[in-house]
Amino acid sequence: MDFNLTAEQQQLADTVQRFLAREYAFEARRRILRSPEGWSREIWGRLAELGLLSLQVPEEHGGLAPAPVETLLTMTAFGKALFLEPYLSSAILATALVRAQGTAAQRQALLPALAAGERLAVPAHGEAGARYDLCRVATAAARQGDGWRLRGRKAVVLHAPAADLLLVTARTAGGPAEEAGLSLFQVPREAAGVRLLPYRTIDGMCAADVELDAALPADALLGAEGTAFAALSAAWDLGVAALCAEAVGVLQATLDATLEYTKTRRQFGVPIAKFQALQHRMADMLIHVEQARSMSYLAALQDGQGQARERQRALSAAKVVVGQACRFVGQQAVQLHGGMGVTDELPVSHGFKRLLAIELSLGDTEHHLERFLAASAGPA
Amino acid sequence: MDLSFTPEERRFREEVRAFLAASLPAAMRQTVLEGLHVSPEDTVAWQRILHRQGWGGPSWPTRFGGTGWDPVRQYVFEEECAAAGAPRLLPFGLKMVGPVIMRFGNEAQQRRHLPPILSGDEWWCQGYSEPGAGSDLASLQTRAERQGDHYLVNGQKTWITLAQHASWIFCLVRTDRSAKAQAGISFLLIDMRSPGVTVRPITMLDGGHEVNEVWLEEVRVPAENLVGEENQGWTYAKFLLGHERTNIAGIGASKRELARLRRVAGLERKHGRPLLEDPFFAARLAQVEIELMALEITNLRVLSAEAERRAPGPEASLLKIKGTEIQQAITELLVQAVGPYALPFRREALLPGFDGPAVGPDHAAPAAASYCNMRKASIYGGSNEIQKNIITQLILGL
Repeated sequence: MDFNLTAEQQQLADTVQRFLAREYAFEARRRILRSPEGWSREIWGRLAELGLLSLQVPEEHGGLAPAPVETLLTMTAFGKALFLEPYLSSAILATALVRAQGTAAQRQALLPALAAGERLAVPAHGEAGARYDLCRVATAAARQGDGWRLRGRKAVVLHAPAADLLLVTARTAGGPAEEAGLSLFQVPREAAGVRLLPYRTIDGMCAADVELDAALPADALLGAEGTAFAALSAAWDLGVAALCAEAVGVLQATLDATLEYTKTRRQFGVPIAKFQALQHRMADMLIHVEQARSMSYLAALQDGQGQARERQRALSAAKVVVGQACRFVGQQAVQLHGGMGVTDELPVSHGFKRLLAIELSLGDTEHHLERFLAASAGPA
Repeated sequence: MDLSFTPEERRFREEVRAFLAASLPAAMRQTVLEGLHVSPEDTVAWQRILHRQGWGGPSWPTRFGGTGWDPVRQYVFEEECAAAGAPRLLPFGLKMVGPVIMRFGNEAQQRRHLPPILSGDEWWCQGYSEPGAGSDLASLQTRAERQGDHYLVNGQKTWITLAQHASWIFCLVRTDRSAKAQAGISFLLIDMRSPGVTVRPITMLDGGHEVNEVWLEEVRVPAENLVGEENQGWTYAKFLLGHERTNIAGIGASKRELARLRRVAGLERKHGRPLLEDPFFAARLAQVEIELMALEITNLRVLSAEAERRAPGPEASLLKIKGTEIQQAITELLVQAVGPYALPFRREALLPGFDGPAVGPDHAAPAAASYCNMRKASIYGGSNEIQKNIITQLILGL
């Protein structure tokens, strides 16, 4: 039982925080948000220099994985800064997918390039109607000549417009909701037959729906045919942990902003923080933040050595606590900011929208409550 | 950062488990696990068993006969005891007056009062609240006048838990009536057998006799029973409140009660299927389970911060609020689970060994009473609203 950080971990946390304070303050972030791309290639280069893109890259490819505590600290810091960059998509989810599913040659070709920031990959997995069901994939790939023909449509692919490479899940066998028969393909975003319908999400991330009708070479298939589910599931679990950690940063920043605002805003001749109705609301917000923080630790430290069911149970429990905290703290922060809370001017509304998006990402609260129940069922 | 217990802590857990398996009497275990009323005799008997093992003071330093366990070991011990169905240790001596005497009492008081707490020979109760002083404790009116070698005490205390079994009461009394609120309060140890002490029961909403009024009329208390300095009692009271809250999250007991709830929900049926499989009920149960998982880690975070700082901080307020919310939610679900048979109310069926005719399943009998009883949890020990005030001032800095 030890909640302390090592000296190296503390140093990393300090470095990331200093970097964000210097280069990702609210106005700098706003400039990136309003830029046509909605993310910053320059910042991405700095993340590579800081070594942050290699947290999920194994040592034999020059990375630092496994680095659960480092990932936790980094994501929480990103959350505080309301980070818009494709970190979760590329440095966590896509990197973890390549790591788990790629052949030795594919890992060697991709992982160092991802860690160096030379390439940027994002998973293209979700589909309309699949909600959060991981194996419900209708996009299909069939052999064609020496290679593959890939057909389908992917929904809400985060940071697709920023990516060089899409990691597309497609069915090579099996029914629409079977784990077996799922395969993973690397598809250059610029490839013929890949069409993006780009947009921004409510919290300002660049994203797209992706239409696929593409001919791919044989080595577009990552790893063995029909075996991608385990890698997908493991990557999503890592993503849930990372998202929980990011949420804690957003939650803390949102609570801090609310405390600051209510201490300065005066009505009836006093700062509104003097009113007990508001004080108790903020105490409730704090309880949510601390419970979410506890679960972000539990989620981060699921190292994959234990039973898969036990790990899923813990991760889903974490996402439930975090998701409920996101809703409560987000809504109350806006409420306590009054009229200013519903403008675009202050960080609070940006935090509110990020919290909404986190709750809906990688499985919403209801999905994870259901998964928790499924993982809890049967003999303990 | 590591959320797992160290090998030493795991060995310690095994040691506690083995001890409980060997030394916790089966009848006591059954009474607790079935949610029945634990008798005062059993409570004392369990304290004596622990004392013989050298574990009578799990949270006390060795200098005063305690175990000297760090907060994590104390937590493991409480968790294992709760899971095994051991009676709850009385907090009044062990967690309240004991630490105050250790910290602020003189050597004579330490020698006189600490050993009988460990051995179970003396039962303490807490004389804080008064009819006009609840959350606003500092407005208390009971007064003690110094007359030579003794104090003359007059006043009325209320909500005194288990005073009917107690031989001693520690009281906050006003020794300086001209001083403002918190100043002018002293901390006095009073023998319950003194002339002028009267205990009157208060019947609670579950029909139980758990709390009392204690009247103090012209009670002569030897001056040597003043703890620390006159008019410094508020400082000691605040110190005590911090210690009282250290295990207020009640994680171990809540885990045990959740297990009981799961058992009951597995036996009860809805639409011909176990209630446990009903999606509405299952979701509510899972929600409580998940919040308890989070609180357990929050609790451990607070404990390890405490281990470094050596004193409970304001985070204990968070544990109290969330812990009691969970305790209450579990009893609420228990009532929900047993359904119509939650309504028959027979106090005699709550006593261990009851063998009268059954009304409904055995597990239904204590449900409504424990739901009613647990309403107290968000009120005692500083109501949850007071805890939010503490969070507001000491953590949020508002």
